[in-house]
Amino acid sequence: MQIEQQVSSKQLKSSAPRRPRLRKSWQDWDLYLMLVPGAIFFILFKYLPMWGIVISFQDFNPFGGIWNSEWVGLQHFRTLLEYDGFWRIFSNSIILSMLNLVFFFPVPIILALMLNEVRKRVFKNFIQSVVYMPHFISWVVVAGITYLMLGTQDGVVNDFIVKFGGEQTNFLTSTDWFRPLIVLQSIWKEAGWGTIIFLAALSGVDPQLYEAAVVDGANRWRQLWHITLPAIRSTILILLILRLGHVLDNGFEQIFLMLSATTYSVGDVFETYVYREGLVGGKFSYTTAIGLFKSVIGLIMVVLANRLAKRFGEEGVY
Amino acid sequence: MRKRLSAGDFIFNGVNNLLLVFCALVTLIPFLYVLAVSLSPLEQVMRGGLILWPDKFTWDSYVMILTNSHFTRALWITIAITVVGTLLNLFLTVTMAYPLSKKRLKGRGVILFLVLFTMLFSGGMIPTFLVIKEVGLLNSFWSVIIPAGISAFNLIILKNFFQGIPEALDESARIDGCSNIGSLLRIVLPLSMPALATFTLFYAVGHWNQFFSSIMYVTDSNLWPIQVILRQMIIEGSVEEFQAAIANGNIQTMPTTLKMAAIVVATVPILLVYPFLQKHFAKGVMLGSVKG
Repeated sequence: MQIEQQVSSKQLKSSAPRRPRLRKSWQDWDLYLMLVPGAIFFILFKYLPMWGIVISFQDFNPFGGIWNSEWVGLQHFRTLLEYDGFWRIFSNSIILSMLNLVFFFPVPIILALMLNEVRKRVFKNFIQSVVYMPHFISWVVVAGITYLMLGTQDGVVNDFIVKFGGEQTNFLTSTDWFRPLIVLQSIWKEAGWGTIIFLAALSGVDPQLYEAAVVDGANRWRQLWHITLPAIRSTILILLILRLGHVLDNGFEQIFLMLSATTYSVGDVFETYVYREGLVGGKFSYTTAIGLFKSVIGLIMVVLANRLAKRFGEEGVY
Repeated sequence: MRKRLSAGDFIFNGVNNLLLVFCALVTLIPFLYVLAVSLSPLEQVMRGGLILWPDKFTWDSYVMILTNSHFTRALWITIAITVVGTLLNLFLTVTMAYPLSKKRLKGRGVILFLVLFTMLFSGGMIPTFLVIKEVGLLNSFWSVIIPAGISAFNLIILKNFFQGIPEALDESARIDGCSNIGSLLRIVLPLSMPALATFTLFYAVGHWNQFFSSIMYVTDSNLWPIQVILRQMIIEGSVEEFQAAIANGNIQTMPTTLKMAAIVVATVPILLVYPFLQKHFAKGVMLGSVKG
């Protein structure tokens, strides 16, 4: 061994730089091989559709395909901006997002703060397990339970309303109830799950801070205000900015399930419209243009939101 | 630190715990209601009101729903989609995340950017549909599996997790003559079990619960998963198609108890997975997603 080392030490200078280069060139071949399936996936199902966006500048003919369709320039975008229905979709999307921001967004924060105050571990774990549960249930089931409980025929809620002398309300087809129902469903399904990220941030708080605060005579509210809330401030800010970035993304499956012809005026959003007019109605080019409009606005919003996060001294999302 | 509780603290804790119990009840009552109705005799359900405990336990609805061939076929399809889909997800995600976790990989930055970009911008519903049609996946079992092969978000988190494993472990395996694939299988994956359990859960839940891909890509009702059937039964109201299907179960209308039983059957399997994986994902969920 020693002899070998001595011998090779002379050659070391010349051979050392070559070794890593050799390793890079062929020893890692399996790393590159492993990339192949994933790369094919991304090219086929993510980047090919992006290229497919060109059909929004064409009059796409499903039989001719992209190569044989007529180019029409910005015609579809002009149609869309002049169409009243388009602005209805746009405002529905934004209104639903804003309602979610105001009514849904604070709920996980409050719930996390409440859970954080619980002293008994078993009780805390139990509540956590219960409130996480709805996250694992499909929107079909959530919407189904909503239909069964709020229906006019034998829904429990209407039973109670009638029993207490009220008037039967058709929640499911009412334009007044559509948006509140969407927000309430979101809260029921996702608020518990949403606490995870805040609880994780709170678990990092040094208990000594609370001890010191108690010594200084701070009561629970003051501890909450001066220690707990500052600990999750940056998490709140990041999530808030993220949400702003996704202002045009509504819970699409949820809305699709709850939407009916009577509630289009308040609940029709981008994807539901694109699905109905495009996939079902066959207006491929026009609805691709709508999709592109939404994607571009979405991209701009996310990039702006990330800038904003960085300006506030946060790490940013990407 | 342990001191006698002050009056203020006592009230604070009491009110807080009460509110939390209230939240838990609001979460649980719809579940209990569905479960109770599904087990109740029809007469009790007809009387109306909030049923949280059946007068008499009857399994009729379950027998009826589980002997209906449309329903059971859909259940099997969902199980198949979930198992096959999740395995494919794990394979694709791991094989791509591992090379990307190596800083020496050439073109790594570009690939990561391209992956990230798909999270910010997409071709949209119609072009994606057209691609799936062109590839020949339309109306096949695979149409809801292959196009959902990798979640870019999960990929990035797993890549970050792999990066957190000390390079020295990987390096020593390679000095001992292990190939990259060998070190992935023998060193990295065994160390990543909590993360993998978490992703298994997320992917599986996603497959079990998906219905929209099936609505878009599958028109053959023999290939529909349970969620699509459930939507037909409960939400599409008239359910004429399904009534025709269920006619072989000797019932003309769809009683509420049957719908509730269908919900329970479609929900319980995925909820059963949850406690098993819970101890892992409590650790796993936050892996790589929160820095510091």
